[in-house]
Amino acid sequence: MTNYIDKLKNMAVFSTLILMLGVNAVSHAEETIKVGILHSLSGTMAISETTLKDTMLMLIDEQNKKGGVLGKKLEAVVVDPASNWPLFAEKARQLLTKDKVSAIFGCWTSVSRKSVLPVIEELNGILFYPVQYEGEESSKNVFYTGAAPNQQAIPAIDYLMNDIKTERWVLAGTDYVYPRTTNKILEAYLLSKGVDKKDIMINYTPFGHSDWQSIVAEIKKFGSTGKKTAVVSTINGDANIPFYKELGNQGMSAEDIPVVAFSVGEEELSGMDTKPLVGHMAAWNYFMSVDTTKNAAFIKQWHNYIKDPKRVTNDPMEAHYIGFNMWIKAVEKAGTTDADAVQKAMIGIKFPNLTGGTAQMLPNHHISKPVLIGEIQEDGQFVTVWQTNTLVKGDAWSDYLPESKPIIADWTPPINCGNYNTVTKKCSGQKY
Amino acid sequence: MIPQRILLRTLMVLAIWVVPISVFSETVSAENVEDPESLTFSQALSGLQNSSLSQRGEALEQLSKLQHPRIILILQALLQGQLFQIRDDGRLVIAEKQKSGYQIQLAQTGEKLGNKESSQLKKLNLTNRLRSQLKVLISRLQLNSEDPSLRLKAVKTLSKRPDQQAYTLLRNLSQTETNHDVRQALQLTFALQDLKSADKSRRLQALESLKHLDSVDAMNQVKRLTDNDSDGSYLEPDDDVRKLAKSVLTKIESRRQFYSSIETIFFGLSLGAVLVLASIGLAITFGVMGVINMAHGELMMLGAYTTYVMQQIMPNHLGLSLLLSIPAAFLVSGLVGIAIERGIIRFLYGRPLETLLATFGVSLFLQQTVRSVFSPLNRSVSTPEWMSGSLQINDFLSFTWNRFYILVFCLLVFSLLLLILKRTRLGLEVRAVTQNRNMAKAMGIPTDRVDAMTFGLGSGIAGVAGVALSQITNVGPNLGQSYIVDCFMVVVFGGVGNLWGTLVAGFSLGIANKFLEPYAGAVLAKILVLVFIILFIQKRPRGLFPQKGRAAEA
Repeated sequence: MTNYIDKLKNMAVFSTLILMLGVNAVSHAEETIKVGILHSLSGTMAISETTLKDTMLMLIDEQNKKGGVLGKKLEAVVVDPASNWPLFAEKARQLLTKDKVSAIFGCWTSVSRKSVLPVIEELNGILFYPVQYEGEESSKNVFYTGAAPNQQAIPAIDYLMNDIKTERWVLAGTDYVYPRTTNKILEAYLLSKGVDKKDIMINYTPFGHSDWQSIVAEIKKFGSTGKKTAVVSTINGDANIPFYKELGNQGMSAEDIPVVAFSVGEEELSGMDTKPLVGHMAAWNYFMSVDTTKNAAFIKQWHNYIKDPKRVTNDPMEAHYIGFNMWIKAVEKAGTTDADAVQKAMIGIKFPNLTGGTAQMLPNHHISKPVLIGEIQEDGQFVTVWQTNTLVKGDAWSDYLPESKPIIADWTPPINCGNYNTVTKKCSGQKY
Repeated sequence: MIPQRILLRTLMVLAIWVVPISVFSETVSAENVEDPESLTFSQALSGLQNSSLSQRGEALEQLSKLQHPRIILILQALLQGQLFQIRDDGRLVIAEKQKSGYQIQLAQTGEKLGNKESSQLKKLNLTNRLRSQLKVLISRLQLNSEDPSLRLKAVKTLSKRPDQQAYTLLRNLSQTETNHDVRQALQLTFALQDLKSADKSRRLQALESLKHLDSVDAMNQVKRLTDNDSDGSYLEPDDDVRKLAKSVLTKIESRRQFYSSIETIFFGLSLGAVLVLASIGLAITFGVMGVINMAHGELMMLGAYTTYVMQQIMPNHLGLSLLLSIPAAFLVSGLVGIAIERGIIRFLYGRPLETLLATFGVSLFLQQTVRSVFSPLNRSVSTPEWMSGSLQINDFLSFTWNRFYILVFCLLVFSLLLLILKRTRLGLEVRAVTQNRNMAKAMGIPTDRVDAMTFGLGSGIAGVAGVALSQITNVGPNLGQSYIVDCFMVVVFGGVGNLWGTLVAGFSLGIANKFLEPYAGAVLAKILVLVFIILFIQKRPRGLFPQKGRAAEA
């Protein structure tokens, strides 16, 4: 019995100690700058987002080794919104009000970003969004480091049209906001280039669609008229493997009907049997295979951090790399982590891309990027077959949609608006 | 006598010595006197290995112009991604993948160089343009091959986008060709060429010969004859030709229509097979035992991951590992199923809501476990050679092998299950327990054990379904989720407790879905099917084949 009480006493002492340590940690924490990481670590999106969390932890670790920023260490606050869109908003609120982070790096799907937007605007936070998206948005509080449609989709169409001489187009996508908007822009673009409406086939499938037999047969039929046909794919995530498998099995090779994808990168390829994919293409702003010293160093750093030389790097990782370093520079320039000051300082910040050239934060909160088109090889890497000569500036509001053509985003005075109509000279009441 | 013998011996000894020397001296002289052709061959090869991606096409053209027996080998190796450069000395080698690293031979001479690690080799990359160029180059060389199937393939590749050189080569071949299939392919090519000829009678004749062919190229070319150009005038000036072209086109198109409906039925059957496979395990646990098992999808996922693990264990025997995965997945999922039944479900019999919640919890638990063990990323499961590609009947009709095997596999599993339930002691006990638990108990049937065995059987079948799914979709933690709704749909539609109902329901839903898809699109087709089932269940709550008699009342 006494033994038992002793044990209890010990435990009590021990827990007090832990409590004191904890308090100590909190008092220490006041001297750090907090960075929120809002990526799903469980649920359906964990497949893509976990890597970005690791990337951020690596970047923060690296920055702390260099002495942090403004003389303070950075501290990562990792939360798990569990692929649940409303939970993204809740966790963002928690990060801003409870943890008081200076910036949030996070979100993957457009739905999650839209869910976070009202919170981050209400509490005046900063969000860095690293994924290619459909555009038609520019918030004062969000910095879009992924590609806008004119930095991925439009150049890909140009390549297919001019270099591959494509005449018939299949726009295939998963049924949600990103493919719908992108395909709307692409269709308008194709029509403006003189493509006949009957030469465009648009097809949507549900999330996680796994039975592609009849759709692939239809594409095959559509492509068998003797005119060069290409598929522009905004098919998302898990539906891709069965799609490419079916293409391979039905005997459609990349030389006959190439598929250009906007959502298939190195990370996705690492979980696929790449045989049926060889020769198909993807458009991104970064490939792991690009041979520059910066990229080699980044890959080496990643492998050292994650302790697995087989892990790949991908485009959204580069976007976070650029976004994070731009934020550091902006904080140093502003001399504070205050949201308004940093937002102002961000515009015009320059940072070198991993693939060469220098990214610049534009007044519309998008960045300038090179556009690369690569063909998939058997080892799951891309061979760059085409790239833009210069960096392409991100355009928030597409010029190819009649309703958004007159609209621009400019967060510098005198406009100071994310949705400014150049014809009526009015800023829409909508903030984003 | 004796001197003669000695003479003979000396001669023999001399012969033994002299012959190898003379052979040796021959090889030496061959090396010394380099013949100009092999020199250009090595030059062309070094041109290839030093070329950048944009110059590679030119280098290939140079190489293929030469006469050398190894050229075709090298081109084929390049096309298959087996042509590498040694990083240290830049020599060009053909490498074959081994268990670890590559076995390599020198591209120029075929000299074996032993094994190398993949890090020591650099692959020669290709783009689509180079790949199609390579195919044409190889085809040109293969036109004179001994094997008629290779000749046929070569003819087909060359006639895709024929140029003048290809026509000359094909004409030459047609004079010597004896194989029936190859002759036919050649005729088609020439007929298509004749369609563009200025001579009207040749055009008419070509049309006649194309009438009975099921060829996409033929259809497109014939269609061209009936089309208008941008001014509204006909592309084909002659009325007779146009008329004949129209009738030929209708014939070909009606045949195409016919084949495409056969294809749709096949698509429907194969989708149905996947549905039946996935839901047949559930038909046992839900249908026969009445347990709403939300973790059913995750049991399939475990089966798929078992396939992945088996492939990791024996990476060089894809087919064998797939076959062995079937019993392995049955065991893994079956054991997990028994554990779930013994650990959780047996305390909840007769409380469907709690069972539902508990098994939903189990499903989340299993998903996250897999995420932690295997990482949240999808795992790559390869398809063996015999399961990829398709059986090409003609240009309009082909059956993909993987779907075909899954259809067969589904029917096998179904009949096996039926046999177990109807012909074995376990089956008898299962049926007894489901019909009247108390009476079965009274007759001395260990109902607890039977429950566990039945649940294990249902789960094991789910695992087997997972093996099949690994061949057509992703192997990842979310695999189960995407199938669970479909599974319940099929079982409820077919009638709870009836295996035949599940079979019929699966196939009819599959076919209905595939016939709707071209008209309504994939999204709407799925919604329509769901709406139909909701209405159907309103009318007939017990599904297609309701259980009758006393068992139904229990």
